[in-house]
Amino acid sequence: MGKLKTQSLQKRDSDLAKSNKQLDILSNGIFANGELPTFKNKISETNQFPLKAKKLEILQINVGYMCNQVCEHCHVDAGPDRKEIMTRETMQQILDVIKTTGAHTLDLTGGAPEMNPHFRWFVEEASKVGVKDFIVRSNLTIIRANKKYYDLPDFFKKHNIHVVSSMPHWTRGKTDKQRGEGVFDMSIKALQELNERGYGMPGSDLKLDLVYNPNGAYLPGDQATMEKDFKKALMEDFGINFHSLFAITNLPIARFLDYLIASENYEDYMYALVEAYNPAAVENVMCTNTLSVSWDGYLFDCDFNQMLELPVNSKSRHISEYQEELLEGRNIVISQHCYGCTAGAGSSCQGVVA
Amino acid sequence: MSKTYYDPADLRKFGKISEWNQELGDKFFDYYGKVFEEGALTAREKSLIALAVAHTEQCPYCIDAYTKDGLQRGITKEEMMEALHVGAAIKSGATLVHGVQMMNKVNKLEM
Repeated sequence: MGKLKTQSLQKRDSDLAKSNKQLDILSNGIFANGELPTFKNKISETNQFPLKAKKLEILQINVGYMCNQVCEHCHVDAGPDRKEIMTRETMQQILDVIKTTGAHTLDLTGGAPEMNPHFRWFVEEASKVGVKDFIVRSNLTIIRANKKYYDLPDFFKKHNIHVVSSMPHWTRGKTDKQRGEGVFDMSIKALQELNERGYGMPGSDLKLDLVYNPNGAYLPGDQATMEKDFKKALMEDFGINFHSLFAITNLPIARFLDYLIASENYEDYMYALVEAYNPAAVENVMCTNTLSVSWDGYLFDCDFNQMLELPVNSKSRHISEYQEELLEGRNIVISQHCYGCTAGAGSSCQGVVA
Repeated sequence: MSKTYYDPADLRKFGKISEWNQELGDKFFDYYGKVFEEGALTAREKSLIALAVAHTEQCPYCIDAYTKDGLQRGITKEEMMEALHVGAAIKSGATLVHGVQMMNKVNKLEM
């Protein structure tokens, strides 16, 4: 892979690497002067405040912020320089929780989750417990990044992993602009290797889904139409198959927030999110059925709240003291970034929600 | 008074035109919405037509709106520019085809 796109905010020693600085921006300006309603006020209009957690369905584990890529829009501020990595001890605590949880989906994310040195051990152990839907969010290039990862497609297949991968566009130019030079070609190669193992093929049980998120300060288009366009282009140009496309809105935090501010798109983007607000999306927003676990074992309503260091509003705050019954019905912690999940058809790690 | 005739933020206020004539405003926006729905043409094709017309009309609001709309639909820069050239070709063609009128007049007036 060529030159990395950028450096993490943390590495750049940027003010925006601090979550409180991001929250300040999201709470002040157009939201403090009344130009735009706060998310709390907006959901109150339709009596949806406080937003409450329902029955847990998805346990999302962030196994570390280290990544081989430094994508310009990354909400995790991930990169090769990030050293936050989940320990085996924390993973063991999660395995204990998986045995008792009512959640049907285990969703591993990062960074590049495969870069955690205990990743394979954890997948093997979690598979033994018997998870209904076991997702790994793989950035694709990791599969081709180093010889030690070349067997990942076989490893995924062996454990019947549901692979969910980012693919910002079906053209090289748009993909590399967001994710770094050479990313497109490596991603195509990785997808072809997954296809060779049966991943993403029509009728195959080996699930391969792609995640699309816009390459700039605009919202994603209609998910079904985008899926059709992606399928046509990837098949015609490279003979690639995949199952579903998830269209995900970029949330205004971390590196995407930094980009919005630097490019003077922040206000327009927030206006676009608020104008596209859809109360129906609030009903099914992912924080109501998901729990996010950070690399150091703390619990959050979602991966975005994890990055903003907004802990879950419950007495059960760490995986070591996990009590599912205490977490159900909790009030979800919100701020203006939440507009990202309620715009248009809504947005979640599984795509649209409304 | 604003310093320029066009303010990008005014695009957000487009819907307010209904405030001074609700009935006609509503009819316009209903019509507008209907036009851009998927039909015999795809919404994607309509977006590219709108982008080309936005340029021939030289409407800065429409250019902003349909450039963004195109990006949201995954339309590439190459497709956008080709659409613009269609608009530009018709504009220049429309200018030049009037040359026939000029030539007719010259031929009529000159001995």
